[in-house]
Amino acid sequence: MAKITVSGVDLEIEERGAGQPLLFLHAGEGLWADRPWLDLLAQRFRVIAPAHPGWGGSALPDWVGTVDDLAYLYLDLAQRMNLKDAVLVGSCFGGWIAAEMAVRNTNAFAKIVLTAPLGIKVGGRDERDITDMHSLSRQAYLDKAWANPKRDPFDPKKLSDDELQGIVQGREALALFGWKPYMHNPRLKRWLHRINKPTLMLWGANDGIVTPTYGKAWAAEIPGAAFETIDDCGHYPAWEQAEAFAEHVTDFAS
Amino acid sequence: MRVWYFSEMAYHPSWDEGMKRGSLRVEFPSENVDPDVAHKLLHRYFDEFAACDDAGLDIMVNEHHATATCMTISVPMALSVIARETKKARLLALGNPIANRPDPVRVAEEMAWLDVLSGGRLEMGLVKGAPYEIHPANANPARLMRRYWEAHDLIIKAMSTTDGPFSWEGEYFQYRKVNIWPRPIQQPTPPVWMTGLSTASGVMAAERGHVIATLLAGSVAKPMFDAYRGRARELGWEAGPDRFAFAACIGVGETRAEGLRRADQVADYVRTAGIVAEPYTNPPGYNSTMSNVSMLKGATNSLVKDQQGNPVDARTATVEQFLASDTVFAGTPDDVYEQIKAFNDRVGGFGHLLFFGQGGHLSHADTMDNIRLFGKEVMPRLKELNPEPARTAAAE
Repeated sequence: MAKITVSGVDLEIEERGAGQPLLFLHAGEGLWADRPWLDLLAQRFRVIAPAHPGWGGSALPDWVGTVDDLAYLYLDLAQRMNLKDAVLVGSCFGGWIAAEMAVRNTNAFAKIVLTAPLGIKVGGRDERDITDMHSLSRQAYLDKAWANPKRDPFDPKKLSDDELQGIVQGREALALFGWKPYMHNPRLKRWLHRINKPTLMLWGANDGIVTPTYGKAWAAEIPGAAFETIDDCGHYPAWEQAEAFAEHVTDFAS
Repeated sequence: MRVWYFSEMAYHPSWDEGMKRGSLRVEFPSENVDPDVAHKLLHRYFDEFAACDDAGLDIMVNEHHATATCMTISVPMALSVIARETKKARLLALGNPIANRPDPVRVAEEMAWLDVLSGGRLEMGLVKGAPYEIHPANANPARLMRRYWEAHDLIIKAMSTTDGPFSWEGEYFQYRKVNIWPRPIQQPTPPVWMTGLSTASGVMAAERGHVIATLLAGSVAKPMFDAYRGRARELGWEAGPDRFAFAACIGVGETRAEGLRRADQVADYVRTAGIVAEPYTNPPGYNSTMSNVSMLKGATNSLVKDQQGNPVDARTATVEQFLASDTVFAGTPDDVYEQIKAFNDRVGGFGHLLFFGQGGHLSHADTMDNIRLFGKEVMPRLKELNPEPARTAAAE
């Protein structure tokens, strides 16, 4: 992985493939560049996939602490890499970051794909839109996050101490950015109308972290947004149904 | 040595139900507490605290939330009652979970007010709090200690500033006019305490000169005290025993069997403390990166070890096993004194014993007798062990 310093933040970036650039913003669970999704996307795109500050080998400076910071950081990255007509793809927590970028500035991007993003509040104050992942046992969380939790390839025994450290620090970073309000920005929904590029909301039909109903509420706020689901798939389409995920993204971007 | 009697004011009538459900904390619904029973228990527990004044003991109070293990939900509320019911005992707030508190100036006001109410008897613990307190407070576990230190610095400044108001525009807390009325009797502040389980905590406390308290086992206390002493030496001062506190479950009886029986019941405090559903045991950011890496690799490194270094399961240990790990001191007054003295020698000297003297099922009569016997038979001898230096109002 390459290292690049953007706005004072040392980012680790995986870059593969050629052609139309695709900036991929990973889920709270991490980047997992060695899983098949990345090579599948790289057959068609020049994929640029940073590890968020705090995750993997990317630094988390003291002054970075909100999703706003991440949105500006990746807008700076897009400018720095001179991205034009790129596809912006965000999954889960990365989808929230992508939306925060898109309400600010979409100049670098031709199309946007939000895969089961966290980030907005649609229900009442005593309803949960986003499953409280941090109040579940690991197994209960997997049961909600995967259509078939046995497909989760995470096995700490196969990872080095450095990789485990990146995972642990990523978990802490996710808490930093999303603990309170839980995994959303109460003000974001009101500004989604500013997203002025074709947008696809892509959802796993069996997502138990944020349901397809929540996804439709997202789609209703973004002018002209399409909404598609992938069957037999939970919260992480890129990992659980990598081929279908890559097909949906490719079809939409073409 | 000073000895601080302590009770969590347990709601033990529902422990069996909570254990069946696998969590005494956070997720255990409050329909499992009968408020009328709680009323009687609270008054009973305050009677036990009040008895310490005549027994020559000092008093410590802590707080937890959403749990059947501890009905003290507010240290300053509990100490306010105790301050009025006692005349001599020093009163240790151990402590205020300041990284979980949205309003540190309120904490400073409460502590200053208590110091005034009690006539300058307050000792002020500023603590990180247990991992399962994160969810009830909805405090962010990430950068917890950064928030802790900002709250700590603000509280110390608020209590010790007499020519205010001053303003505070920090990362986590912002105030226009900080000006504490009444200000504390003990200036610049009452003595400050911290708690911890790691050598890192020992080092952090040494850098401020605060008292550091720990619990559970000699295997926890010794490395932490050593780390504190080492850091103090690096900084050019010698940390005496009065900087160190250790909490143990204690049962004193007229006979060894009676003391052991009492300690066995008090030790339920330790056995129940960890009965909490999995997601609340290790919120991300609460524990260090390296300890989390070890956990991911499947390490089950028990903090509690006996004097030979063998792990002790704190949920199920017998009173004999707890004696071997210094979690418990128990027996006749002679036994208990000898155990404390031996422990003191093993850890290089400590000046504060936190006396866990009520652990739920121990009866009122037993609790009162435990306090009385300790005060009469053990306390006088402990005063000679590490005699206390003149009280220092800590924190520069």
